[in-house]
Amino acid sequence: MIAELGHFALLLAACVALVQAVVPMVGAHKGWAGWMAMAAPAATAQLLLTAFSFSALTYAFVVSDFSLKLVVENSHSLKPMLYKVTGVWGNHEGSMLLWVLILTLYGALAAWFGGNLPPSLKARVLGVQSAVTLAFMAFIIFTSNPFLRLAVPPLDGQDLNPLLQDPGLAFHPPFLYLGYVGLSLTFSFAVAALIEGRVDAAWGGWVRPWTLAAWVFLTIGIALGSWWAYYELGWGGYWFWDPVENASFMPWLLAAALLHSAIVVEKRESLKSWTILLAILAFGFSLIGAFIVRSGVLTSVHAFANDPERGVFILMITAAFMGGALTLFAARAGAMQAKGVFGLVSRESALVANNILLAVSCFVVFVGTIWPLIAEMLFDRKLSVGPPFFDAAFTPFMVVLAVILPLGALMPWKRAKLDRVARQLLLPVIATFLIAALVWTFQTERSILAPIGIALGVWLIAGSKIDLWSRTGRGDLRSRLRRLWNLPRADWGKTIAHIGLGVTFIGISALTAWQSEDIRVAQVGETFDVGGYDVTLADVRREPGPNYDSIMAEMVVTRNGRPVAVLFPEKRNYPVAQMPTTEAAIDNGIFRDLYLVIGDPQAQGGWAVRTYIKPFANWIWAGAIIMSLGGFVSLSDRRFRVAAGAGRDAAPKGDASPVAAE
Amino acid sequence: MKSLKKQRRIQVIALAAVALVIATGMIGYAMRDGINFFRSPSEVIAEPPQPTETFRIGGLVEEGTLERGQGETIRFVVTDGGASVQVTFRGVLPDLFGEGQGMVGTGRLVDGVFEASEILAKHDETYMPKEVVDALKEQGVYQEPES
Repeated sequence: MIAELGHFALLLAACVALVQAVVPMVGAHKGWAGWMAMAAPAATAQLLLTAFSFSALTYAFVVSDFSLKLVVENSHSLKPMLYKVTGVWGNHEGSMLLWVLILTLYGALAAWFGGNLPPSLKARVLGVQSAVTLAFMAFIIFTSNPFLRLAVPPLDGQDLNPLLQDPGLAFHPPFLYLGYVGLSLTFSFAVAALIEGRVDAAWGGWVRPWTLAAWVFLTIGIALGSWWAYYELGWGGYWFWDPVENASFMPWLLAAALLHSAIVVEKRESLKSWTILLAILAFGFSLIGAFIVRSGVLTSVHAFANDPERGVFILMITAAFMGGALTLFAARAGAMQAKGVFGLVSRESALVANNILLAVSCFVVFVGTIWPLIAEMLFDRKLSVGPPFFDAAFTPFMVVLAVILPLGALMPWKRAKLDRVARQLLLPVIATFLIAALVWTFQTERSILAPIGIALGVWLIAGSKIDLWSRTGRGDLRSRLRRLWNLPRADWGKTIAHIGLGVTFIGISALTAWQSEDIRVAQVGETFDVGGYDVTLADVRREPGPNYDSIMAEMVVTRNGRPVAVLFPEKRNYPVAQMPTTEAAIDNGIFRDLYLVIGDPQAQGGWAVRTYIKPFANWIWAGAIIMSLGGFVSLSDRRFRVAAGAGRDAAPKGDASPVAAE
Repeated sequence: MKSLKKQRRIQVIALAAVALVIATGMIGYAMRDGINFFRSPSEVIAEPPQPTETFRIGGLVEEGTLERGQGETIRFVVTDGGASVQVTFRGVLPDLFGEGQGMVGTGRLVDGVFEASEILAKHDETYMPKEVVDALKEQGVYQEPES
């Protein structure tokens, strides 16, 4: 009964979405205030109906209602409660419902907090958002109904894929979707602005917080997924350049670009049409990502159960929205007149460079991702594009980006003098050089990647700090510190996010260049040496878990006789799913992770044992956390709250760097 | 002022064009050793690739050929029904790897033996206990998993 109510609520929500997609648009066109005003309550109604539908599905999972096909296929009565709930989105149908729920959530948020948007713009934003929502609701209702019943329910379910029964992955999809779908709102803003034929500073001020929020959630989602791969898949890989990973990475790159170009629109009223185009493309890549993940056209290790019919449907949604928006763009982009002019050396130019680099690197990732498809269609060759491609074609753009980032961040708007910027950056340059030299002496005749990558990371971190410090002006230390504390949150957020990027750079370079690996057969009681650590396989025993059996090894790690850690790597077997999983045991450290895996029992006795030493591994995710922290700090800026409210008034004094220009 | 704006726009477009050209060049360059062709065991037997070429092989793990627990190196035979290729692998097998299962490996063919550097087996939800599959089939709602 509850499931039917959930299904019914979803159908009702689709009807509301249809009305909301049409009526406010007509109202905005004709100037009828009443028709425009219906958008906001309709958005709230959509959210409530979809939330009810989602709750109904969650309820079915929580009480293990095995008359629902979806629950049978993805749940089990013995499963822990956390994974019963997260199992709702651990499958195709449920995750699409979550996707739609988040679409309506953003629509409702725009309705609630968009109080001071001009009425016609607000009506159009909500109308476009609702059209997107309607398309995905139709997708669920016609191809992926989560509320299907079974005529004869089985006694118990088939369990969720054990690899997905993990806290890191349980919360990975919601964050990722909050990011993907957040870009739908910037898309709606862009299309609405095109229909209005007007983009101004206020528009930039409205779009930026939403982009920032989407980008932050995308960062967290990607980091969670990569962290999960690191500890769960058993060999410590964190990024595989797999199509499904690239599907989330491409919108991330474009959202980062959009974030920066929206600043130029807000502060300088320049780069308008480019920003609009980016907003359209960023959501376009979200849709392409959904297509790649759901259709299974590209071989991926993380695919959902695939269905070509669904793929075609998503492709049609993508084509309709991208085609429509880009046509509109072609017709209207000429109307977006830039106001501000800027010098060749200026922050605007630096941000243009940032945008070009991010967009072009996204293009590289895109080509690498879809190349197998093109090759199969055009040349009839089956091939895959591996990490060497991305290392060679993508990394150089990130290197250039990291080199110019601190320079650009220090430049004032309109016109900058290179020598002044250069003088300010003397300290970071020296720091970068010293640390690179230090790293170089430590490592002899090994990859040059680590010194370069770490130098770039240090350069980013030191440059960002100088940037923030330079905003405090002149005077004695105390007054500068006081001014530092009182700087706008947006400045702090920018610095923190850039530092986070530097930390991630250091983590990736050090891990790539310096990790060491040891694979061997060890007898119980045997001690062996890996990279200066003595590892002893002390014991191997059987342990029962809540819904699995485990073979657990006890391994003692010492260094120079001093104990470092006792670790318990496991091999688990989930009887219901008939699936084994490997649980690595990791001793986390600031400068290195010890990563132990127990393998197969050997015919001659003993166990296959793998040991990895992964230097600076945690810096990769620490950097991502710092980046998203920076995003949150920036989101909490008073200016955004003012901008969300008063918009236009906030924009002129928004230029937070009067001192830096001195 | 207008001309300056125009000049700036032309510069931006030129810069973007240059970046695109560089990117295309780098894509072409990286494609040379970044792509791995996929070959079935039959193709490998019919036309053995050079030992320097890294490629992908895929098929089913032949029943009764998987040797694990004999030292660090794992051996098995991959087949597509028409032909079979011996595979060795030193490393971590995916959890879902097993006899009769599908696999894809990346590596080189050296002296007729495929030396895999990476082995993939899907970790998706196409697994299913037999009993429930039968139950679902009786209901007429069971869909054959793709691939």
